Amino acid sequence: MAEATKTSGRLKTYLGYAAGVGKTYQMLEEGQQLKAKGVDVVIGYFEPHGRQDTIARTEGLEIVPRQIIEYRGARFDEMDTPAILWRRPEVCLVDELAHTNVPGSERAKRWEDVIVLLDAGIDIITTMNVQHLESLNDQVWQITGIRVRETLPDWVLKQADEVVMVDLPPAALLNRLARGAVYAPDKAERALQYFFKESNLVALREIALRQTAHEVDLRQPQVPGVPDHDAPKAARAGPAAGPERILVHITPDANTAILLRRARRVADYLRADCLAVHIAEAGDSKRSSAAEREALAKHLNFARHLHVETRVLDSEDAAEALVNFARSRKVTQIYMARPRYSLAKRIAGNFIHRVVRLAGDMQVIIVAEHRGR
Amino acid sequence: MASNPDSRPDPDRLLRQIEFDEQRRRLGRLKVFLGYASGVGKSFRMLDEGRRRKERGEDVIIGAVQSKLSPDLISLLDRFEIISQICADRGGAMDVPAIIARRPQVCLIDELAHRNPSGCGNAHRWQDVEQLLEAGIAIITAVNLNHIEELHDTTQQITGKEVRETVPKAFLMHAEEIAIVDAPPEQILERVGVRSETDRLVTERRLSELREMALLLAAEVVDRQLESYLEAHGIGHSIGAHEKILVCITPRANARLMIESGRRNAQRFHGELIVAYVQQSSLSAADQELLESHLALARDASARVEVLEDGDPIEAILRFANQNGVTQIFIGHSLRQDWWTRLFGGPVDRLIRQAEGIDVRIFPH
Repeated sequence: MAEATKTSGRLKTYLGYAAGVGKTYQMLEEGQQLKAKGVDVVIGYFEPHGRQDTIARTEGLEIVPRQIIEYRGARFDEMDTPAILWRRPEVCLVDELAHTNVPGSERAKRWEDVIVLLDAGIDIITTMNVQHLESLNDQVWQITGIRVRETLPDWVLKQADEVVMVDLPPAALLNRLARGAVYAPDKAERALQYFFKESNLVALREIALRQTAHEVDLRQPQVPGVPDHDAPKAARAGPAAGPERILVHITPDANTAILLRRARRVADYLRADCLAVHIAEAGDSKRSSAAEREALAKHLNFARHLHVETRVLDSEDAAEALVNFARSRKVTQIYMARPRYSLAKRIAGNFIHRVVRLAGDMQVIIVAEHRGR
Repeated sequence: MASNPDSRPDPDRLLRQIEFDEQRRRLGRLKVFLGYASGVGKSFRMLDEGRRRKERGEDVIIGAVQSKLSPDLISLLDRFEIISQICADRGGAMDVPAIIARRPQVCLIDELAHRNPSGCGNAHRWQDVEQLLEAGIAIITAVNLNHIEELHDTTQQITGKEVRETVPKAFLMHAEEIAIVDAPPEQILERVGVRSETDRLVTERRLSELREMALLLAAEVVDRQLESYLEAHGIGHSIGAHEKILVCITPRANARLMIESGRRNAQRFHGELIVAYVQQSSLSAADQELLESHLALARDASARVEVLEDGDPIEAILRFANQNGVTQIFIGHSLRQDWWTRLFGGPVDRLIRQAEGIDVRIFPH
């Protein structure tokens, strides 16, 4: 967070829980206030969604024209990062941090463009919804039944110098939706049926509040000589535990993605290091199918994408190798996926037993996917 | 998420749903803007919402307003009818009968925690608000975190400021809507001004702690709303919007380690800690004693303690976990197992196999 900001720009994120809570409005509002103070502000990208009061807030702010990218015969607008770099404002407003650029763009994700702008020393004010956080993907699916496709690795949000929650109670949001203030009528109808169910909104809002509290906690300045007000609680609980370190066991199993997201999230909350290992058993390369090898490569890549350090080890005995590796790296918690049960794979159940038996003081956590809804 | 379509509607549930909907209609709605410090913009948000509602044709008046308002807020006031206060020479109180007689649709009331002078109606403004809600008037109000009764000690520790006027947390819990007014501490630092770099850091730290508390309080209120919504609509299982850790203990489990680990996790996640044991009929006196000492540990860790009753412990644990939105189960696992259990799976295997979307953390003993 702080170390890299000396020369790079500051990142501020307005965090919401659904379209229409007012993130873009707040971002533009802040842009207006900065401009009034004489700061050189431009709009790098903003998504009007046809909302009149939001569009009105852009008045007087310079907009860097978008670039047009052709893809399969259609034309798409994307943020023009080179043009912003050339224009060199002090502050640039960039809507929807989790956006995926159209194929053919220089970078796959808008957040990658934002990192380029930050590296050039430009301050960025941006917006995003909590459900786009990678580590919340499974939880959001479990709650809403919706698989969010555009995700942002959690470490990107962690880079933000400031995260501010934009809150609006669901009743008010549903009201705005019904009045057509969020989407055009046909789209609003569909939105009300799916994502905008009241229970979904309430649950997402709670998640956003808790996430923001966590982000505030992560950024709390440490003051020498001033005690943490949590300290008495910790002291009462007895000797402080040492630092936690989490190890994820990577396999070709499809559940590995869920496992990685979950372990990453727990690690972030415990402020623990997170690493991952795959144990290739002797003879594996001959036995495993091309699909399995491909899945494995994908999972190792996904781990790196989440900033999880990865290792691949060869061994005759996977359980022993896993635990030995864990011990050598001072791991305190081992995360494993739930094995797929079948009579033939009883042996997989035995694998957990062996790991638990060998792990001693290390905790073993089995992460179960949610089968169907 | 839908309940089983084959099941008949449960009459109790229907009744709860009717009551829930009734309650939403009968009383005036209460909306609270919650901030973590003065200067985050609560009063502005309250007045701005009043303005927008007025523009949409609602009858909005002001019941109480702060005496020290910034100039841009004062210009907002002109748009509203303001009911004058009683006992103005002694700090003032709202004229509740006058507001009820005036019968607006919406009444804006600032400084919810205000204490009325003695002999001027109710002791507290929040009691005035209750009276107005009962009269069917919708209320929009604003309050600062350090005025919440139950958080008073902690906020006072952080700010070093004595606060006498408080609102009970239960009052907030019953609000139909709560909105958090969030802002970065720097915005408030600009207003209060700081003397030195250390002073700035200390103030920022305090503000940041209060901010985190306010967000978590709002999350708690929202969680309560979610639960009553789900219950009223008969959605059987709870939604895991926050971490709930269920520590399952038996007399032989390594309970101290399990509970301590659960407590630490719950604290880090700002989640909930539940310690449960499944009732067994034939416990030896020694085991009963062990169990009691484990439960004492659980209470020390301020866990919610649950006794589950079911012939099959794994069934009981899973049913409870699913109904209560548990996200992690901590369970003990005996390493002394015969070949039969190892081959065909013991209780922990069954738990792992049947836990849907719940992490299972294994503690050997």
